Amino acid sequence: MTLASDAETTGAEAHPGAGPAPGQPPVLSVEGLSISVRTEAGLKPLVNDLSFTLRRGETLCIAGESGSGKSITALAIMGLLPPPAVRITGGRIRLGETDLTALPEARMRTIRGDRIAMIFQEPMTSLNPVLTIGAQLAEAIRAHEPVSRGAARARALDALRAVRLSQPEHRLNQYPHELSGGMRQRVMIAMALALRPEVLIADEPTTALDVTVQREVLDLLRDLQRDTGTAIILITHDMGVVAEMASRVIVMRHGAMVEQAPVHRLFSRPEAEYTRQLLAAVPRLGQGATREAVADRPVARVEDVVVRFPLKAGLLGRTTHHVHAVEHVSFDIRKGETFALVGESGCGKSTIAKAMVGLVPHEGRIEVAGKVLSDLDGAGRKDLRRHIQMVFQDPMAALDPRMTIGDQIAEPLVIHGIGDTESRSARVADLLARVGLSADQMTRYPHEFSGGQRQRICIARALSLQPDLIIADESVSALDVSVQARVLDLLRTLQREFGVAFLFISHDMAVVENISDRVAVMYLGQIVEMGLRSQVFGNPQHPYTRRLIEAVPVPDPAHVRPPSPRLTGEVPSPVHAVGSGPVRVRLVDIGGGHMVASGDPAPALSAG
Amino acid sequence: MTDVTAADPARRPASALRRLIRRRLALLGAVLIVLAVAGAVLAPWIAPFAPDEQLFDGLTLEGAPLPPDGRFLFGTDLLGRDLFTRILYGARTSLIIGIVANGMALVIGTLVGITAGYFRGWIGAVLMRFTDLMMAFPALLLAICLAAIFQPSLWIVAMVIALVNWVQAARVIYTETTSLAERDFIAAERTLGAGTGRILFLHILPHLVPTIIVWGTLGISTTVLLEATLSFLGVGVQPPTPSWGNIIFENQTWFQTAPWLVFIPGAAIILLALAFNLVGDALREVLDPTQRGRD
Repeated sequence: MTLASDAETTGAEAHPGAGPAPGQPPVLSVEGLSISVRTEAGLKPLVNDLSFTLRRGETLCIAGESGSGKSITALAIMGLLPPPAVRITGGRIRLGETDLTALPEARMRTIRGDRIAMIFQEPMTSLNPVLTIGAQLAEAIRAHEPVSRGAARARALDALRAVRLSQPEHRLNQYPHELSGGMRQRVMIAMALALRPEVLIADEPTTALDVTVQREVLDLLRDLQRDTGTAIILITHDMGVVAEMASRVIVMRHGAMVEQAPVHRLFSRPEAEYTRQLLAAVPRLGQGATREAVADRPVARVEDVVVRFPLKAGLLGRTTHHVHAVEHVSFDIRKGETFALVGESGCGKSTIAKAMVGLVPHEGRIEVAGKVLSDLDGAGRKDLRRHIQMVFQDPMAALDPRMTIGDQIAEPLVIHGIGDTESRSARVADLLARVGLSADQMTRYPHEFSGGQRQRICIARALSLQPDLIIADESVSALDVSVQARVLDLLRTLQREFGVAFLFISHDMAVVENISDRVAVMYLGQIVEMGLRSQVFGNPQHPYTRRLIEAVPVPDPAHVRPPSPRLTGEVPSPVHAVGSGPVRVRLVDIGGGHMVASGDPAPALSAG
Repeated sequence: MTDVTAADPARRPASALRRLIRRRLALLGAVLIVLAVAGAVLAPWIAPFAPDEQLFDGLTLEGAPLPPDGRFLFGTDLLGRDLFTRILYGARTSLIIGIVANGMALVIGTLVGITAGYFRGWIGAVLMRFTDLMMAFPALLLAICLAAIFQPSLWIVAMVIALVNWVQAARVIYTETTSLAERDFIAAERTLGAGTGRILFLHILPHLVPTIIVWGTLGISTTVLLEATLSFLGVGVQPPTPSWGNIIFENQTWFQTAPWLVFIPGAAIILLALAFNLVGDALREVLDPTQRGRD
């Protein structure tokens, strides 16, 4: 980036490549943009009178919670609003001198991909599963430039090199399903940048990725921007990502701009009340309140538990490989405490939860409320549900859409034959009140509630049997930060009231740090570090734990990340042939119950 | 309209019924069904002639059937019988086939599909391989064999048709159940301790209702026509008992000179299928809580 930085964006120094040139005309300008959806009740506005400009080399973050209209704005710029219901009802979008809102679809097609490119949240669904990576890249290039197949392929290869994908020649011939999520997202970036567009719109590009992979992708975007000067519109709900990437920020709510400011000013002196609330709700590392260690009796004990899934192959369907989802994991959860399992996708944390509630078979010993799971018969298993309950990640999926929420909360009571109709409905009313809903909402259906309310309903359902332990499997991950903060508060309150223990499963280090008493870090099916929250977060010993903590985006633009080697290593596969298996780690107590793995489950880790 | 109210959920039947009535097309469908049922039940009283009465003035001097006029509302057939009368009496057969045989097929198909889809494993494998076998076997041949074994009568024909027609429904229900069984709310039910019956009938079945309704309405015309085919081959409803299907088959050779003999019973079948389709469609929307408030 050779353009001079400007004083207008304070802190441009901290963001190399983020300094826009003031003298230049904007690459993209949006003036008074209004978008509406046609409903039976008339036009309903989605975006209202939105204006902003974007200059070369600049990263503009549009931040906001779900329903704020940020994604619809991106689609409007791309000319991809779903016709005919959603339409631009006012304002202009200008790319250079061209007014995009006035362009016919045929002209718009030549601009899309060539001058404005977009990356979506879910890289798997944005790649065609039946075409090779190379074919898709070459097609994208040839759609806009009259080059030969060979030349297009050569440029595709360059593009893959530019996004630092390992073995680029080999990748060209691979299909999307053969790549990991992070690799797919890099392919998407390669495809978007292959034609050197003036504007790149990235809509939640890292939301579906693990935190360490997110780190790689963000680093990559920043480096590419420095090299090419592409202006980026980054749409995100994550204030940590905003702080790291943005030069300027627009905060949106209910389709309207709440605040627009350079990133440093937004974080240090937010003007709008909503921005302040949003920033306050962001979970930050190091905020967890210190609580006394719980020394009560354990409500659940997991000893040497192994879960493997067979992979069958060949004519006779013999088991040739196993997925080693959980390998010799042991921990216990005490009454009234919050025990967190943290790790990235595929590390086996959810599988443990499923084993504990009997949804997947396991080897080893799981003891809940004094009973060993594998010894139980059908009636015993049913009875066990009174002691252990689960709250799932996606509350919409976990509720039966065709049953009223009152019936669903009362269902555990019906199943276990507790109380009569009257006492049950009184109990449902009480539970609803406890989770912050009102009793007259009992006859409504799940779709009539917001995401946060639905998760409250799931929590109420889990509480109705008054269990000793509730497993919360990524229960706040799908929620907006402000909603997330309130649900976490609710969990804490309920823990005090009911004395229930939580097994809190999450990939989000900041959330875990906020809520947990004890933490176990999982990697490839094994626990690599376990201890009190203060031990694990205050004095992380295992390289993987450190890597996880370092990868968390810090919601503070002044934060200077300690120089760390670029992370490019892929997580090794948990699939092993029958008879072989992963290297087993041994946990060693380094003092005060702080357990750290001495053996390394993956040599790649220390090398990375 | 007994079929409609019977399918209503026990919960707030009045409001669901009211919303059903508010839909004009559904109302039209319901009226058509009521007319068909009334015609079938009241045939002996409203039909101008006896169903197998060969009228001396029912044919032209050359022996050709008469087109519709004032005396013969729908014209007459090859044997000089009044078509209107035969359509009325034929409605009895066709409605029984369309509702009973089709309903039986749906019940069998749903039970097989839901069981195989939820349990998978060897139960699912056995059930679905059997379904595939049934699908591969020519339905007509099977129907002929079954009909030959039993003495042909209306109820036997209905049973035979049900035994041939459950297969497709089972396949579709199976596929849908497998995907439903993977959903989180089913896993949530299992963690609550819900038994298999509860999960199958309280949490999976309601989600299959739209599919069942669509298959049910499609099945009406299929079954009515299958009955006609069987009648044509002599293993269905025995002449002179009329059914809409066998009226078409008896008269198809005269299609060129006396098209009403094929068009009128054909239109009757189509209208009946359409009527069930309209009611089924509305029913599907009314039973879906996410569609509330869009009436």
